[in-house]
Amino acid sequence: MLFIRYPKIKMALMPLLVLLAACAGPEVASGIYDPFETENRRTHEVNRKLDRVLLRPSSGAYGKILPEEVRNGVGNFSSNLSMPSIVLNDLLQMQIGDAIHNSARLIVNTTLGLGGLFDVATKGGIPVRSSDFGETLHVWGFKEGAYIELPLLGPSTTRDTFGGVVNLILDPVGHMVAPRHRIVVTATSAASSLGDRYRYTDTIDSILYESADSYAQARLLYLENRRFQLGIGEGEEDDLYDIYDESYE
Amino acid sequence: MIFTTKAMSSFQGRRGFLLGCATSIALISTPALAFSTSKAKALIGDAVNDINAIINSGKPEATMLIKFENVFRDYADVPRIAQLVLGPPSRTASNSQKSAFAKAFQTYLSRKYGRRFREFIGGRVEVNGAKAIKSYYEVTTTAHLQGEAPFSVVFVVADANGRFIDMKIEGISLIKAERAEIGAMLDKRHGDLDRMIADLKTMG
Repeated sequence: MLFIRYPKIKMALMPLLVLLAACAGPEVASGIYDPFETENRRTHEVNRKLDRVLLRPSSGAYGKILPEEVRNGVGNFSSNLSMPSIVLNDLLQMQIGDAIHNSARLIVNTTLGLGGLFDVATKGGIPVRSSDFGETLHVWGFKEGAYIELPLLGPSTTRDTFGGVVNLILDPVGHMVAPRHRIVVTATSAASSLGDRYRYTDTIDSILYESADSYAQARLLYLENRRFQLGIGEGEEDDLYDIYDESYE
Repeated sequence: MIFTTKAMSSFQGRRGFLLGCATSIALISTPALAFSTSKAKALIGDAVNDINAIINSGKPEATMLIKFENVFRDYADVPRIAQLVLGPPSRTASNSQKSAFAKAFQTYLSRKYGRRFREFIGGRVEVNGAKAIKSYYEVTTTAHLQGEAPFSVVFVVADANGRFIDMKIEGISLIKAERAEIGAMLDKRHGDLDRMIADLKTMG
């Protein structure tokens, strides 16, 4: 049914499906599996240029023109719009507790938080427990696949790229909002991204422009953080810490 | 948008922030202790208490930064961190190269993360628990920063000497991140360790 509404997306999904099926990758996600490194590095250079000439300057303007309260409001509003999608993924993963927690958050912020402009839920002890369709795929047993740097969107994996596309299609808000209002949702999300780029500008700049190999650094940070979010490798031994024992006094 | 998904940007922000506290280093003697889970937890508890006292002291930023360097000196195993960061090249390095690297790395870290340290001010870190994993202990903590959702910081404490040798902020290991960085610097200099050490002193 979803596919009937979005025939073009169905077509666009086909290569991705093939990629996901073909790209099993290593069994255990620990090291770095990057068979498309050459292409990825090319994309990375394009992304860096786009950031330098477009995103960084416009986020700077956004941050300087709008006061912090307004930027926070935009970020909160956008985050609240993503809550139905998170709840849906909680349900797909059978995480009933998280689904209830996030639903409570959605209700509190939509009502007391004036349509999501204020994040009163976090202050009241209901911070977001984030999720997405990439995580759902992980829970369902799909492997991480290859590392991929996407144009504009940045670091990802085969699984997360596929998950991101499905997330867009499944997003309940996208189905509830009238087509003429969708532009508002998209604009809010874009503005929220500018706000994040502005807020974390020092960190992002240090990775993109000060690192000896910004591609490798972004890749590592993405994979490590993503695996942490998904609970991969938790409590397992990391041989990182005893490799050089023999030479160490 | 490029690198601005919430996850990417927030963990990067956090990473910079906490590492800011763990900046510089002085070479330390490493007492040989028989360590335990409760001792590891107590060690990080002390370190975290020091950190909380510093970030809420209201002292000038430069003063706080120096105190942070002391936390690192008192609770971390700095030569070991430098060795792990250098990775395989440390096997073939001479002793003088190793100690030159440890020193240069300390300066580099403190410059690189020291600037980010103001993100810490007014925050607090809480110790949650500890568990033994073969040759080390993981002590889990939660950092509460102003204007940020609480996030996870795990300290890795070595069993061999009872000092911390790594910090993982939302899953991102300081050792792994800096090893990738130092590795890239070495590659750019065709593996010339001495040149890399010399350049490292001016970086960060």
